[in-house]
Amino acid sequence: MPPTLKACAPLPYPMAPSMTRVTRFIRESAEVFTFDLAPERVTPFTPGQFNMLYAFGVGEIPISISGAADAPDRLTHTIRAVGPVSAALGRLKAGDQVGLRGPFGVGWPVEEAKGFDVLLIGGGIGLAPLRPAIYWLLRHRAAYGRVGVLYGARTPDDLIFVSELEEWRKTPDFQLRVAVERAGPDWTGDVGYVTPLLSKLRYDPADAIAMICGPEVMIRATALALEDAGIADSRIFVSMERNMKCAIGHCGHCQFGPLFICKDGPVHRYDRVRDLLAYREL
Amino acid sequence: MAKADEAAAIITVEGLQDLLQAIRAGGYRAIGPTMQNQAIVYDDIESVDDLPLGWTDEQDRGRYRLARRDDDALFGYSVGPQSWKKFLHAPKLRLWTAERDGENASVTPEPSPTDRLAFIGVRACEIRAIEIQDRVLVSDMYVDPHYQALRERALIVAVNCGQAGGTCFCVSMHTGPRVQQGFDIALTELLDGTEHSFLVETGSDEGRALLAQVPHRLASGREVEAGEAVIEGAASSMGREMRSDDLNELLMSNLEHPRWDEVATRCLSCTNCTLVCPTCFCTSVEDVSDLSGERAERWRRWDSCFTMDFSYIHGGSVRASAKSRYRQWMTHKLATWIDQFGSSGCVGCGRCITWCPVGIDITEEVRAIRGCDTSAGDWP
Repeated sequence: MPPTLKACAPLPYPMAPSMTRVTRFIRESAEVFTFDLAPERVTPFTPGQFNMLYAFGVGEIPISISGAADAPDRLTHTIRAVGPVSAALGRLKAGDQVGLRGPFGVGWPVEEAKGFDVLLIGGGIGLAPLRPAIYWLLRHRAAYGRVGVLYGARTPDDLIFVSELEEWRKTPDFQLRVAVERAGPDWTGDVGYVTPLLSKLRYDPADAIAMICGPEVMIRATALALEDAGIADSRIFVSMERNMKCAIGHCGHCQFGPLFICKDGPVHRYDRVRDLLAYREL
Repeated sequence: MAKADEAAAIITVEGLQDLLQAIRAGGYRAIGPTMQNQAIVYDDIESVDDLPLGWTDEQDRGRYRLARRDDDALFGYSVGPQSWKKFLHAPKLRLWTAERDGENASVTPEPSPTDRLAFIGVRACEIRAIEIQDRVLVSDMYVDPHYQALRERALIVAVNCGQAGGTCFCVSMHTGPRVQQGFDIALTELLDGTEHSFLVETGSDEGRALLAQVPHRLASGREVEAGEAVIEGAASSMGREMRSDDLNELLMSNLEHPRWDEVATRCLSCTNCTLVCPTCFCTSVEDVSDLSGERAERWRRWDSCFTMDFSYIHGGSVRASAKSRYRQWMTHKLATWIDQFGSSGCVGCGRCITWCPVGIDITEEVRAIRGCDTSAGDWP
């Protein structure tokens, strides 16, 4: 059983990071990198939860865990360098230190999904928070029905986890479709958004659970497409992003209507956020 | 601290001085109303002489002036620009210090404060505001140890309001003007011609022990009635009113109401309303490092949902328009706060109205939305 939030007792002092070391650094694409951290003790987490990562003297940002939830000795994060902190984290190498606090938030419903067909749909860096769920499903494959992953990126050069995508493509009983928005002649896969690829997956809409992570516009479009395909809105789960300074519901930055993305999410049941998502700038 | 639980007593102005002395002798830092920069602000006080004797305040939208009273009231004003959150939830606080020595960095959390604060002159709406911040910072999933340490040790000497300010609406929010709970001692100032005294109720063992150190006598029935009349006078002279029983439904079903666009043409996004609000709790963090790069600190400071930076994520601010930021503030304060923490985030103190430089009045904004409720089909 995956650990629940209750298993993650609050840190004695919830705002102070503990220093950990980078043990492995992988460049995924021009903007995206992955590193493993080796804290003294890995606090159990649920796929979809996040940590606050601190670059010394620069700042702290929320980053979803992108590694397996049952790895006892390391915490993996996949990060796109777009701001001062993520860029500073991207300049680190094995042996360098990173401040860590977490895990925080509510993750993917991997327990509730047992017995269901499971669809995972990621856009861009949004594949990273889904990867722990994919690992989980592969490890407990017999507990689930059909499994399908859709992954969309801007161009083939922006794809992350490329060698793993190849592995997953060859995995029996595991459906994977990858689409890019723009591609050259050497791209033989799908071109366009991920939503049209839903029809290429085999699943029973009456008996399926879907998990979506990506840009908000992609989340909206994909959730609508899933509803059109007959999946109940209460069986669609979306992971959302907002500005966060504390991750513990105190700083107020991540509010989304009545929700705090940090502690009520980042993974939300779609029927609880659908109406809110309809408003611009909420 | 609990509700008032025994017969009221009477102390004189000298008795109030003795009470202050007893509080300070007990190891408390006494903080109360003082006159500074033409406003009544909360600061350290040593004696009754520091209180704004004979002064009051005149408040209206975007307007605050001190004025002389024709008596010697010590608490004859309503509420100033500052609230007690300045002391319990510090505007600026170092959270931790990190030092790097070669390859190894270590983080040292800031120790929790050990100060014992005595708040003198806390109004009913302000006690409610403190309780609302307790719910966010102590009684949620995580505890803010700095707030908790100060709050647990704080002594509250409340004052029942004798007059309402021009922007007050505590009656509408059911938070005042009578102090009901959450105090150690509650005072009602009685000014009867030549006599100047205070009706005293105690709400805790500590309050009773303090009163025991001060010359006092049992209040007469007439004095208790006079105290009731003082509070009734405040209750019946509220400067503002606002129907508050249905605000969650009203506002959340009017998120696209044209009034949000209209108020955005006036709102300066200056953040004043959030800073003077006694319940607004939002903060940001700032990381600072020294020139060697070997020492870093994280500071927490008050932040406001009215800034662009507040909602910034890669690609831009979620709330880029003033309309969306005003809507966030008001819907959070009056509506979604109820979903999050079980009560409204507004106590009706009126500070956001008084201190808005362009005079936006939250009670008027609610009335405008109620007046043409788009969800009820009132709007074309």
